[in-house]
Order: sequence, then structure tokens, then C-alpha cells
Amino acid sequence: MVKVKLTDNYPGSMLVIDGVMLSLGDDYVDVEKSLELQHAVNSGYIEIYDDTKEVKTVDTVKEGNEVWVFAEQRNGRFARVGLEILGKARELAEKLGVKVGAVLLCEKDEGLSQELISLGADKVYVAETILLKNYETLRYTKIICDMITKEKPQIVIYGATHIGRDLAPRIAQRISTGLTADCTGLDIDEDGLLIQTRPAFGGNIMAQIKCPNHKPQMSTVRPGIMKMLDKQERNGVVVKVDVSISEDNRVKVLKVIKEAKRVANLEDAKIIVSGGRGVGSAENFRIIEELAKELGAEIGASRAVVDAGWVPKDHQVGQTGKTVRPKLYIACGISGAIQHRAGMQNSETIIAINKDPNAMIFSVADYGIVGDLNKVIPAMIEELKTSKTL
Amino acid sequence: MKCLEGVFRMNIIVCIKQVPDTNDIKIDPVKGTLIREGVPSIINPEDKNAIEAALRIKGDGKVVVLSMGPPQAEEALREALAMGADEAILLCDFKFAGSDTWATANVLAAAVKKIDHDLIICGRQAIDGDTAQVGPQLAENLGLPQVTYVQKISLEGSKLNLERAMEDGFEIIQAELPILITVVKEINEPRYITLQGIDKAYDTEIKKWTADYIGAEVEKIGIKGSPTAVKKTFVPPRKGQGQKIEGQPKEQARKIIQILKEKEIFQEF
Repeated sequence: MVKVKLTDNYPGSMLVIDGVMLSLGDDYVDVEKSLELQHAVNSGYIEIYDDTKEVKTVDTVKEGNEVWVFAEQRNGRFARVGLEILGKARELAEKLGVKVGAVLLCEKDEGLSQELISLGADKVYVAETILLKNYETLRYTKIICDMITKEKPQIVIYGATHIGRDLAPRIAQRISTGLTADCTGLDIDEDGLLIQTRPAFGGNIMAQIKCPNHKPQMSTVRPGIMKMLDKQERNGVVVKVDVSISEDNRVKVLKVIKEAKRVANLEDAKIIVSGGRGVGSAENFRIIEELAKELGAEIGASRAVVDAGWVPKDHQVGQTGKTVRPKLYIACGISGAIQHRAGMQNSETIIAINKDPNAMIFSVADYGIVGDLNKVIPAMIEELKTSKTL
Repeated sequence: MKCLEGVFRMNIIVCIKQVPDTNDIKIDPVKGTLIREGVPSIINPEDKNAIEAALRIKGDGKVVVLSMGPPQAEEALREALAMGADEAILLCDFKFAGSDTWATANVLAAAVKKIDHDLIICGRQAIDGDTAQVGPQLAENLGLPQVTYVQKISLEGSKLNLERAMEDGFEIIQAELPILITVVKEINEPRYITLQGIDKAYDTEIKKWTADYIGAEVEKIGIKGSPTAVKKTFVPPRKGQGQKIEGQPKEQARKIIQILKEKEIFQEF
């Protein structure tokens, strides 16, 4: 018997092989090996399941030793990075043959745990109480340390948000283990240890760090680096955790203020058009805005431009700004200092427009246009407009 | 904290780090390591904000600056004294070398226990490591509560009013002393050093404390006491040479839009 399924190459939507009906879009089905099957495979109509590709089957998944993700939420909405690292945790857990656990602390679990399961969690550990309405360092630390001590995960990953970077070091110190900050890469080595890659010295050097003799191995991960999985119907277990925290009023959050101004959402953007000093002036930045509008893109900026006050700080891409990985990044008049490149070099496609052919930005660009952006960008806008009317 | 005849005396410890100026950094491309020679050393920028915050809030109290580092970190402490700090202590011992953030917090905690304090202020993070971990780890070690990312601070009675920066706004927090806070650069503008300040800095003795003196547990400090270990460093790989789009601006624009269409980047919206 082999497991097979119909491929998109098959011109019809159904095929009967040896009495078994295969429909397009179905999962793998068991059929007997036959000449008929061989013909269908040779024609590219049928794909045979390759079991060497599968890393571990469900049976070999060990209990305990899980890979955990801190699923940060504020007011019932997840921080995106928590969902991104869930995808990475799946990959690591499959290499290790263990389960993925998500840690959820919230006021009320209204569909949150189910969302985590659909995005890759096998188990969700939920601590639910009104006391967890807002993030508070000591409460969160106590609850998560108790969970870790009881369940003994081998890896715990946090998003490097303001909350994650407040919480994770506190936990690391309490349970006496290592913590690597702001990782941009995570993998498992031949000994089953977590290899944590992170930039140091302003992104000039990458360092690989391990935590060989302490468990769990813990990291915080930069937002926008890991890829979120697509939502899927999956099965998972929700584990309710008893919460034992006492009132501690040494630090009281009196108010949470959301800043009214619209913060540029660069991390989620599919396309970013970014401007640098080469744009020339605050007024001239409107050609960047116009191109962005035409492409349905967000606006990014280099540090120089933000420092000059042409564009608000939340548009800044780079070491001291945001790390982005859109499908397309267009760098206009940006020289490409290491600090800027550190924040955008993982974009899928990069176009650089600069009049200096030696600008460092070209070293990371897939497409380089040496020229005057005042001429090239309006021509691009024109080109986009005409192609839309066609 | 004491209040005598309406004058507050708050004793504050500020933890600082001497760092290479990363704007001026050079890398050995073969070894993937930092070339430290000729790179100027500075007080970590946000630690300067921490010193400034302490000086503004201490009242009649004392500001003690504390740093773990090699002998040359003394320069950073001198600069802090010149800014107006009252005392400076250098934690200097080869047993501290190679400490990761966990071990560093253990060293600092042992030292802090020997100094009278109501408040500890750290910079949010250092520009050489960008970890932001030592502050919270020190707080945990000392059993103190913490508030990180502080962008505003004021004293009300014996309590601190704080603003904690978040990605999408900020929190207004009231905190009791003693506590540890970490500050971001938005909190203030560090003062310039005056000539008087420099004179005073050179008249003040910088205390040097060793591992034995602070009673640090040897198995919890230095490279051997650190849970994490750097296995490898390397220079980030560059993309290969990209494709150059030649021609007059109009031609370049047409070509690049064509490429984007072919790559189906537009299909997304």
C-alpha cells in the first residue's frame, strides 16, 4: 500500500485507481501499488506520499520536554510576534519530537486558546482571572515560573516586546537559567540544543548562543522575523492552570493610555516605500507618499529623516527603529548604513533607488536603480497609473 | 528614604556600563570579531539618562554610581562623578570576566547589598548587547519590584509616579520604594559636564571592590557561572550582487514595474 493524492496537474477533478476514488483537494488515500498507478504517477497526475520527508510521526512525540511559547495578549488581542514564534516553535518541536505548548495569561479566554491551537499549539496552558486584566511583572512572573517548575518545558520563547523583555529576564533569574535577547534565528543542533542567533554591536556581528547546562533554554525573539503559520483546523488540548497569586500593591498600574495617533503598522505591511536623506526635504517626501499610495504600501524612513523631523519616529526602519520583512521594500534615497540594513534586509524583494552607485544599500538590493529619484519615482507612479487603467 | 524638615533624602544607586561607541565600530571580516583598538569608549547612552534622572530626584540624598568592568571602566565612573554623582564604585575582578546577564546581575546584587539605597536606576539597555536584561534580573535577585521603559518620573510623598512606555502608548504607574527602574532616553536630556564637575571628579576616590569583598558566590559569576555561552560569531552574510536596472528614468520605471508584475507582488491587493 502507498499513500497517494491527486495533483493539480490532473485535468479532471476525480480519478479512480484500482477501485479507489481520488478527488482533487482530498488528503492522502491508501491504494495498492499497480501498473495503473504507476502510469498516473508518471503522467504527473498523482503524488505519492514521501514518508522520508516527515520528520517525526505522532507516535514518537515524547511527553513533557515541550517547546513553549509565551502568547502575549493585551485586551484580548495577541501581540503578533507571539503568533510568529508559535510557527517557529512548531518547527523546533518537530525536530525534537515533542509538543508545542502555548502559555496564555488573560482575564477571559474567549476564543484565544482556540486561535493558538489553529496556529500551531498542541497544548494551551491557560491562567484566567480578573487579576490578569493588565500586565503586571510580579504576577506574570509568579504564574509562569510555577508552570515551568511543574511542567518542565525544555525551551521557552517570548516575543521581544516591552512586556516580553520585562518578563523573561525576571523569570530567567528566578529559575536560574540562561536567556538570550532579541534572537533573529532559532534552530536545534545535533545534540538537541537550541542554537540562538542574535545580532550584537548594532547588527555588525551575529552571535550564536547556547545554554547547554540549564533548562529551560529561553529566548526572546525580535518581532517581524519568524513566519506565522496559516490558520488550520487542528486538535489541541486546553489545560486550565490554578492561579495562586497574592495582592502585591508595591507597583500599581493606574491607567493604560493608548496613544491616539495612528502608529504606522510597518511590521504587518506587505509593501513598504521608504525614504532617506536623498529625498531632499520634508516637502519632497510627498513623492514617496504618492508612490506608497499607488502601491497600497506603508511609508518607512531612515533614521536621518526621522531625526530631521520630516517623518514621525514610528516610521523608522532599522536598528533603533523597526525590523520589517515585507514582500517588497523600496528604498529611495537611502544610503544603507548597517543600522538601516539590519532592519530591512530580510525583506523578500528589495529595490534600491539611489544616485550614488556605491551606496551600501545596493549590497542588499535585488534590483538596483542608479538614478535621480525625482525622475524615477514620478515615472514609476505614471507607469503604475497607466497599467491600472488597462 | 528619610524626610527631614521637608527635605527628602533619597539614596540612589545607578548602574552603568562602559561600552564601545557602536557608531564607530570596525569588524574583522575574517574572524568576525570586533576590532576594539582605537574605538572610543563611552558611558552607555541610556545609563547617562539614568544618572541624570537620579541627580534630579535625589533631593538631599546621595547618588552612587556602580559599574562592573575592567580597570579602564574607571573613566566612565569619572565622567559620572563629573556629572554630579556623589560616589563611584568599580566592581573589578578577573573572576567577573565573561559574565552573561544572569551572572552580571548576581555580581551587581552582591554589591548593591552593601550600599544603602532607596532606589536603583539602570539604563534600559546597553548599545553593545541590546539585551535589556540586567535591570530586571538585578531586581529579581534583590527581591525588588521593577518598572522598565520609564519615560517620566516624579516623586509624590514617598511614592514614585512613573510613566512606562509601551509600543502603543504608555502606562501611568504609582510605585513604592524601594524599587528598581530602567529608563529610556526620552526621560531627559543628560547634562553637560562643567569644569567644576571635572575637578570634583578627580578629587573623588573611586572605590574598587573585588569578588571576595562583595562576597559574590564564585560558582554564580564569570564565564563559568554563566548559563549562556557564545559558541560562534560571524559577520552577517550579504546578498549576492543584485540586478542593475539600466536606462533612462522612464525606461527604468517601466522595467521595474514589469518585474514586479511578473513576480506577482501586486496580486496581494
